[in-house]
Amino acid sequence: MCLGIPGRIVVIVGDTADVDFWGVRRRVRLDLVNEPVAPGDYILNHVGFAIRRIPEAEIAGTLALYEELLRDTSDDLMTADLRGELGAAPRSDP
Amino acid sequence: MTRDVFADAAQVRFRDPVRARALAGALGRVADAIGRDRVTLMHVCGSHEQAIARFGLRAVLPKRLDLVMGPGCPVCITDMPEIDEAVALALHGVHVATYGDMVRVPGTVKSLADARAEGARVHVIYSVQQAIDLARATPDEVAFFATGFETTAVATAAVLLRDPPPNFSVLSAHKFVPPAMEAVMAMPEARIEGFLAAGHAAVITGWGLFEEFARRHRVPVVVAGFEPLDILGALVRLAELVRDGEARAVNMYPRCVSREGNRVAQAQLWRVFRIDDGEWRGIAHVPGGNLRLREEWAHVDARRRFAIDPARARDREPSALAAACICGRIMAGLATPLECRLFGRECAPDVPVGACMVSSEGTCRIWHQYGGRPELEVAS
Repeated sequence: MCLGIPGRIVVIVGDTADVDFWGVRRRVRLDLVNEPVAPGDYILNHVGFAIRRIPEAEIAGTLALYEELLRDTSDDLMTADLRGELGAAPRSDP
Repeated sequence: MTRDVFADAAQVRFRDPVRARALAGALGRVADAIGRDRVTLMHVCGSHEQAIARFGLRAVLPKRLDLVMGPGCPVCITDMPEIDEAVALALHGVHVATYGDMVRVPGTVKSLADARAEGARVHVIYSVQQAIDLARATPDEVAFFATGFETTAVATAAVLLRDPPPNFSVLSAHKFVPPAMEAVMAMPEARIEGFLAAGHAAVITGWGLFEEFARRHRVPVVVAGFEPLDILGALVRLAELVRDGEARAVNMYPRCVSREGNRVAQAQLWRVFRIDDGEWRGIAHVPGGNLRLREEWAHVDARRRFAIDPARARDREPSALAAACICGRIMAGLATPLECRLFGRECAPDVPVGACMVSSEGTCRIWHQYGGRPELEVAS
C-alpha cells in the first residue's frame, strides 16, 4: 500500500481529476497534492488521493517499476497491492 | 500514456545485470571495510520487504550484512485493543469501514471478519472516500476504522476537512513512523546500525526530519526507492555511512522525496491529528507513535461519539496459538519468521495467527509467499 501508483491527469473537475492509469481512468482527489497540477501532469496516487506531482524529468524512471509489476500475471503481493491502489479511486467515464 | 517512453526505461532499470553486479560488488567491499562479523541494517516499509523478496535481493547481500524488516507494516502494528474497539463498534450495530487486510487481523480474540460472520456490517474499502460515500448512502452511523501511517492519515485528514456527513465518524488507529524508529533504537536487544527509511512516508514528512534522529541516535538513515537497483544503491550508501561512522540522513530517492516533504498534506494532517503515546502491537509502548484526533474534532471521533466497550469483543479466552506468536520480535527485527514454530504450519495466509501473516506488507506473509527466506536470483 505504501507504493502508491502513478497516473496521468486527463481532466480536472473541481477538487478532483480524472487520471489515466495504464488505460484505466479513475477519479482522484487533489486536496493533498503538493503543487498545482494541470492536464498532462503525472501524479502519485495513494488511497484515492494525489500525494505528489511527479516532476517531468522523473516520469520515465518512476513508471518503470510499475510497468514491470503490472505485467506480472502471478499472484504477486506487490502487484496485488498496486491493483488495490487502482481500486481506491472510483472509475470515471472517459 | 505512451508505452514506448517507459518500456526502454524499464529495460535499463530491470535488465541491467551489470549495474546490479557492480552495486553488489561495491556493497561487499564496503561491508568488508566495516570489518565486523555482523552488521544489522533495518528497513521500515512493507513495500521494501516485498521488493527485496520479489527480486531476491538478500541473495546478493554480503554474508556479514543482515537486512531486517522493522515495524513497517501498518496493518501489523495496529494494536489488539484498537481492533477490539473496532470489533465492539461493529457488534454494537455501527457500519465499520476499513482498509482491506485489516478485516482479517485478529484482535484479542476476534477479527472484524468474525464480527461480520456474527451479522455485523463490516465494509472493505480502498479509500476513505468510499466510507464517505457509504455514509451519504445510508441514514445509519458509519465509522471509519482508520489505520496506516502518515501517508494514509493525510487522506483521513483531508475528508474530515471537507464537511463529512453527520453520520460519519473516525476510529483512529493511525501511526506515525519516526517514533517507531526511536522505539527500536531504545530496545536493549536491538543492534541496528543503520536505517533505510520508508520512501513514501517520507513523501509526506520529508527526509529532513531524519537528520535530527540520525544525530541523536548516532545512526545513519538513507531514504530509498523501490526499484531493486534503488534499494541496492541505497544499501551501498548506508553501508558507507556505517563504515565512515557518519550519523546523518541521506536522500537516495530524490525523484519522490524532498527535504521538506509535502507541506500541503502536512498542514492538513496536523490540523486534524495530534501525536499521542500508545502501544504498537508486539513492539512496545511508542511515545508519540499514535495519531489521534485533536480536541476540535471530538464530534467526529468514534471514541467520543459511542460508548465503546472493548470487552464485548473479548467474550472468550485468547487461543494458546496466539501466545506462541512471535510477530512482535519479528517486527522489532529481533527474529525472522523462520524462528517462529508456527510459521507455515499452524500459521499460514489462510489461517493466520499473527497480523504479520495477514497483511500483504507483513514479513511473515511476504516470506511465506516467496518461499521461506527469499533467496531468488537478482533480476538479470
